[in-house]
Amino acid sequence: MKAILRSACLMSALMTAAPAFADDPLFTDMGGQAGIDSIVDASVDNYLADDRIKTIFDESNMDRIRAEFKVQFCQVAGGPCAYRGHDMVAAHKGLHLTNADFNAVVEDLQDAMTKVGVSFAVQNRFLARLAPMQHQVVSK
Amino acid sequence: MRSFAVGMAAFAVLFSMTSVHAGEASPSLWDQGSALFDHSKLLATGGVSAVEGEGGGGLGAWALITGYGTRDGIGLNIHETYVGLPDYQLHAPGIAIGLFDRLELSYAWQAFDTEATGAALGLVRGFTFHQNIYGAKLKLIGDAVYDQDIWLPQIAVGVQHKENDRGAVIRAVGGKGSVGTDFYLAASKLFLAQSVLLDATMRLTKANQFGILGFGGDKHADYSTQFEGSIVYLVSRNFAVGGEFRTKPSNLGVAREGAALDVFAAYFLNKNLSVTAGYADLGNVVLHDHQDGIYLSLQAGI
Repeated sequence: MKAILRSACLMSALMTAAPAFADDPLFTDMGGQAGIDSIVDASVDNYLADDRIKTIFDESNMDRIRAEFKVQFCQVAGGPCAYRGHDMVAAHKGLHLTNADFNAVVEDLQDAMTKVGVSFAVQNRFLARLAPMQHQVVSK
Repeated sequence: MRSFAVGMAAFAVLFSMTSVHAGEASPSLWDQGSALFDHSKLLATGGVSAVEGEGGGGLGAWALITGYGTRDGIGLNIHETYVGLPDYQLHAPGIAIGLFDRLELSYAWQAFDTEATGAALGLVRGFTFHQNIYGAKLKLIGDAVYDQDIWLPQIAVGVQHKENDRGAVIRAVGGKGSVGTDFYLAASKLFLAQSVLLDATMRLTKANQFGILGFGGDKHADYSTQFEGSIVYLVSRNFAVGGEFRTKPSNLGVAREGAALDVFAAYFLNKNLSVTAGYADLGNVVLHDHQDGIYLSLQAGI
């Protein structure tokens, strides 16, 4: 039962990560690509300053990560982008991330969105699309 | 109030113990133990403390496991709830622990002061019913927060064993017993894109006024199925407003018992402290109609 549910979650998560609608109001409400770029920069700054999770990025090329996040966030928000980076399972393989790590990332992202001026209601619309990634990101 | 003070003192001791050991060089057994308090669930996702001690809203149980422990950790909290009605008042302090976001154990102690009504009932003024409530809740399936892509809510089953200390009075008003056990099935779902949390709970119970007036009665002695529902709107990361509705059986001939409802606002200062204030309407409570008044609850946890 658990395995069926897990694969169902995975499938629907992959489906939500599929092609974007360029006229998605969320993309506009997040300030378009410029807004998303600011959100990504502010959130990555937060991750690297967060003692709970900064070591996760020890081996990472942060310039590439920022660039990939900007495309991926754009796509998740329904903007006119196609994320062609690693899928979520592959990107986090071997990191043994916990729910605590995942939630720390969420909190840092919330702080970043607040800093950039995204309203709480819009933040939640975006987070609702990211939340199911927990199933692929958290492996521990 | 005295037990609340004891609880606060216990909390202060626990809290100081975790901070004292934070500075040690090598990870001792204690450090490993205190690391279990991972404090890592998202703010407010453990709910607040319900009047019977479990994680929930004010009046009803939710499927969420109390506290801020993730599936790799534990969370412990204490609370004090006060309900001030025109003719009665209720104090309900308690303690609860959430284990690995799977199992929750709780204890609450309720003191229901009948004030002047005690004398009207042929008892003494300020006659007080006391009740111990031992609770356990097990999360079965689903995750209310992460599962934003599927309809499945978080579902939990729970049990609450209640012991009332006023058996003689309970039997005199037609109650069948002073000990009872409730069973419930709760479903909670966060609709994150809408910033709304919904909960629906079915409860099997014999309790008269939550058990304060005992269990079963001359009119109806057996279990009945009751409903608890709540809707919460998340205004910001640390502020939520909501309303709850709870049906109750009407087992006693002497007093018609109706549904209870409330509206509330909960403020989460941080993961250690939350305050809930609201307005609760318990309807008719023995001799007195329109028992509505303030609801206040404070939760402190690690």
